[in-house]
Formats: sequence, C-alpha cells, structure tokens
Amino acid sequence: MLRKWLTALVLVSMVVVFFTLPVLAESLSGKVEVNSWWTAGGEAEGLNALIKLYESKYPDIEFINATVAGGAGTNAKAVFKTRMLGGDPPDTFQVHAGHELIDTWVIPGYMQPLTDLYKSEGWTESMPQGVLDIVSYQGDYWSVPVNIHRSNVLWFNKTIFTKYNITPPSNFDQFFDVCDELKEKGIVPFVMGTKEGWEAAHVFESVLLGKLGANDYNGLWTGGVKWSDPRVTDALETFAKIASYLNTDHSALTWDEAGQYLLKDKGAMMIMGDWTNGWFMSVGFEGYGWAPPPDTAGIFLALSDSFALPKGCKNQENVVAWLKVLGSKEGQYSFNKAKGSIPARTDVDISDYNDYLQSAAKDWQKDAISPSVVHGAAASEGWTTEYKDIISLFVSKPDVSYTQKALVTAAEEYLKK
Amino acid sequence: MQIKGDKWTPILFITPSIVAVGIFVYGFISWTSFISFTKWNNVMPDYTLVGFENYRKLFNNMRFQIDLHNTFVFTVIFVTSCLLIGLLLAVLIDQRIKGEGIFRNLFLLPMAVSFIVSGVIWRWLFNPGSFQLGNIGVNQLFEKVGLNFLTCGWYTDPNIGIKAVAIAAIWQFSGYTMALYLAGLRGIPLELREAAAIDGANQWKTFYYITLPFLRPITFGAIIILGHISLKIFDLVVAMTGSGPAFSSDVPAFFMYDTTFRGNHFAQGASIAIILLFLVSLLIIPYLITTFRKEA
Repeated sequence: MLRKWLTALVLVSMVVVFFTLPVLAESLSGKVEVNSWWTAGGEAEGLNALIKLYESKYPDIEFINATVAGGAGTNAKAVFKTRMLGGDPPDTFQVHAGHELIDTWVIPGYMQPLTDLYKSEGWTESMPQGVLDIVSYQGDYWSVPVNIHRSNVLWFNKTIFTKYNITPPSNFDQFFDVCDELKEKGIVPFVMGTKEGWEAAHVFESVLLGKLGANDYNGLWTGGVKWSDPRVTDALETFAKIASYLNTDHSALTWDEAGQYLLKDKGAMMIMGDWTNGWFMSVGFEGYGWAPPPDTAGIFLALSDSFALPKGCKNQENVVAWLKVLGSKEGQYSFNKAKGSIPARTDVDISDYNDYLQSAAKDWQKDAISPSVVHGAAASEGWTTEYKDIISLFVSKPDVSYTQKALVTAAEEYLKK
Repeated sequence: MQIKGDKWTPILFITPSIVAVGIFVYGFISWTSFISFTKWNNVMPDYTLVGFENYRKLFNNMRFQIDLHNTFVFTVIFVTSCLLIGLLLAVLIDQRIKGEGIFRNLFLLPMAVSFIVSGVIWRWLFNPGSFQLGNIGVNQLFEKVGLNFLTCGWYTDPNIGIKAVAIAAIWQFSGYTMALYLAGLRGIPLELREAAAIDGANQWKTFYYITLPFLRPITFGAIIILGHISLKIFDLVVAMTGSGPAFSSDVPAFFMYDTTFRGNHFAQGASIAIILLFLVSLLIIPYLITTFRKEA
C-alpha cells in the first residue's frame, strides 16, 4: 500500500516537474531510448563512452540502452522496422548512412530533416563532403554519422610475411604469386568466413573496386556502368580464383572465427572491414599488418553508422540532445577510440589513436571515396540483399556467366525503381 | 444458479478465445495472403494488387528453388528416421527392462533443449576443422577411433548441407516419437498378444500383425507433427548453419525472414508464408478429414 502511495507521489511530482521545469531552466528530463546493435567488444565500449558523456551533460534524462545482438544488424533492423511500421517509432536508432538510410527511411517519409541542427552545430563545416553527400537527400541532411569504417582493407600476418620475405601485393598478379608461394608452404593464403552470408559479398566489393576503379565502381550502383561490362566478368573470374585459395571450412566460420587462422600463424591474408583492427586489439594480437587490397590503393571504400530522428518519436528534445553529443568533437573522439573507427569529423585530434587508425584517417583525407554496398551505403537494402545472395552462391558454384546474368537482372530491377 | 440448459453461458465463455483466434490466426492469415498479392516490396506499404506476380518471381528465384528442394530432402530424412528410431527405442523400452524410467527420460531429454541451444552445439560438433588447424568435433572423434574414411565436411560440404541439419533434428525429436509410440504400445491389450501367442505366432509375427496395425494412428499423428515441424523449421537452421554454402542448408522460412527484414520485400515474404501454409495444409487437411469422419 505504501509503495502504491509512493509511486503515485513520484508520478505526481514528475508531472509537476515536467510542467514547471521547462519554464524554470533549460535542463532536459524524461527518457531517451537509443537503439543499436552495438553489443560486442569495442562497439559496446564506444557506446558506453557516449552514454557516459550524455549522462554527464543531461543528468536528469534516463538513458535506455536498447540493443539487439547480431552481426551487421540484421536482427536489430528487423526490430526497428517492425516498430516503425507499427506506429511505435523508437526514439532514435542506428542506421548505415547512404542508401540504407535514404531509400529505406527518408524517401518513404519516416524521418525528420536535421538541416537546422547541422547549421547550428557547424557540422556542415566540420564534416567532409563525402560524408555530407551520403546523409543528404533533396538538399536536407537526415542523420548524424558517428564514425567512418573502411571496407577495403587487406590484413596480413606479419610473421608469415617476414618469414618468407613477402611484401603486401599491390595488384592481382602479385597477389596470386603470393598465394601460390604460401600454398606450397602449407599456409592458407587467403582466409574467409562465410557463415553469415554477407562476408563473401564484402570481399567481392573490393575485387570489383580493384577491377573497375572508383568512378566506374560507383557507376555500377548509379546506372552509369552496365553490369554486363567485361571488367565485371574479369572481377568474377578473379574472385573465383581467390576462392580456390580459401580455407576449406569457410562456411562453418564467422569472419572473426576465420581470423583465428591469422592469429595462429596458419593463414596469411584476409579482406575485411577495419573493425578487424578493433577485434585484433581486443584479442591482444599485434602481429598484423594492413594494405589496400590489390589495385585499390588510393580508394577508400567507406561506410558509416549514423543516428536519425524518426517522425513521431516520443522524446524529441532528448533525442536532439543525443544527436548533439554524437556530432560533438568529444563524442566522436571517445566513441571512435573505443570502437576502432575514425571520426566522421575531420577536426578531431586523434594523435593518441593506434597506428592503423592514424593511417586510415590520413587516407580518409586524401583518397577517393566510394560507398560500400554490403554495409548499406551504395544501394537499397533490396538490391544489397539480392547482390549478397548471388555472390554467396557464387563462392560454392563459381559459374561466371550465370552469376553475371543474375547481377545484371538484379541491377535492372532496382535501378528501374 | 442454473447452468444446465443455459445456452448462452458456454458461448459467453468461449467467445474471447474465438475472437482472439479469429483475429490473431485467421485474420492475419487473410492479411498475409492479401499482402502476397500486392506490390509491397519496400518499407513503404504499397497495396497495389499485382496478382500472382510475387509467386511467379518466387518460383523463378534460384534461392527459393533450392529451398524447396532442401525442404523436401529434410522432411523425408527427418520424418522417416524419427519414425524408425522412435519405434525401435519404444519397442526396446517396452521390454519391461530395469531402469526403464532412466532410459525413457534420457531419450526424451533432447526435446527439452531449445533449437537454438542444440543448433549451436551441433554447429560445433559438425565443424569439420581444416587441414591446417586439424580435425575437430565429430571428425576428430572419427580420427581418434580410426574411422578416418568417415570424416567429411558436414554442413560445409554443399552436397551434405541440409542433411547435417536433419541429423541434429533427428537427435532432438526421435525421443519424442519414442514417447508417442510407447504410449501406443502400452495401449495394446495384453490379451491380444497372448491370444496370438496361443495361436502359435512368433514374436516377429505378433509384432507385424498385432502391434503395427495398432500403432497406425500413432504413426499418422507423428507424421503430422514431425512433418509440420520440418516445414516450419527455422531456429535450428539459423543457429546451426545459416544459409550454408550455395544455400545448401537454406529453408523457405529463413529466406522469408531474410527477404522481409533484410531486403524489405514484404510481399515476397508474405508469398513464402502462404506457400508454407499451403504445404502444411497438404499434411493437415487429410488428417482433419479422417479425424472428423471417425468422430461423426
């Protein structure tokens, strides 16, 4: 009984506070529910750093950290979609900047523009054009990017490379020479884990980029370059050849389980996004080196996690406060240091980040920037899913002409829309 | 208070559940089938009717073709093996052996484990390992006991794929089938067996002419239960293998999840759901018809 009275008392006082506080002071109260799929290792640490910062600035807001586990966010996205379509939008949720944001949420009209926020916070100045491009649609900005990841990185085991006196291959001829040499020595030349279905497609986007270059690779996704192009055929043939050097158990492993080959000095190279750097740090592995995958030097295949403001969310002001923290210098600094990615802003001092991140940040400033497909930047989710299925089948059934035809059909269907 | 003869009281009591089932089962079935005829293949709902377009596309989709084939293979292997192993275990336990309770529980136990848990465990067991890192799991066991020729790629081999998943499912459900059969065996009147023995029938003949015919309704029921489990299978596949190499362990339910929530193809997902419903009804309707006939 006492508890009931207390609850009522608290509720009443909350209502009173709610109506009086905005008049008295600017400080915010209530709740904010932030939805993401950052549950593991460095990601979760990064998120916690942000939460700490947010709570120190807005101590009266109850922060609800709503995470849904699952690689690449598949499960989390299912939850967000159900809630958005069901008319119960989450306050704010994690979404890949680019087509995943624009095609899925902005064009159908589920989001609110953030252009005013961008101007008042000065983000139009502090974020590079490449980032501003992928979060804008029809002259407005639609989400706040927290980080930049690079998709095209070739990781290699330094011990093996030093032992056999190998330098990182810069083109595909050298790459296959290295593969042959390592295979003879009984080392898996190239490792991959394909258990979750998107990993092969991830590697293939680097191959495509290597064969077509930044401009024409972008053209594939905008309709400027046809998928029937002979260079796509070449890319598929090359990828089939790469697949012949793989670890045989790839379909039993996720990307990080496949990374064990590198840790144990049994595998030499893998292509994976630069969250691998964070993973290497978290497992205490230091004998790794990195290079751009063959023929992709000077091109930065980028993806970015961002947060947006859905229409009809319940705690709008608190969400805007959250977005401000995300876009702030200190927010970007502390989040990315823990997650192992680079800040989307170019004016953050990152001199105490690790070597890989420093080099990535340098490349980010000078390289040509292309959007990643598998991670939602280059194409709509429908197209991405189909692309991933086609490539995933190709790894086990490397039929080049059939696969190219399927890619052409998919492109026709989605470019039409 | 007079309850007897009051027509309305019982109706009042079952109305809530009828309404709930009406909305949440039949309502949503109709809604799903409506969606499957629309153009809703993006996040934004689009209720333009397109007839059988989604179905046409689906049957032309290579992934769906593989899925149907996988479902067929899985169902055949899973149902027949469960029936055979279940029957065998039930007959063995029915011999009035010592410690019957222990064995019964032991065989039934896998069913108490969720598909997610058993999926993860079987993923580890059937992980083939590799040449460089050495054999692990079941392959390592085979190697240790000198059965090297039995080692294989399990679910990482596109030719095995779904069959490896079927093994895990059989492990989980043959105990349950055993329980069904055991109940059936215990329901056979002892006099019949005695009479058969007096007439000079040997064990095998008794089994064939007395036991099996009595177990027929049980078999029928078990096929329905196992069959619809195998058509709907989702969690085991997700936890154990995912789509597998060349979709060799992919199933329609997983494709439905993938295309709906990853690809935003809500109409296509709905069509898969309707096809699954159709397949399950192929199993259930004959069963319902025979049951109702018996009761009438």
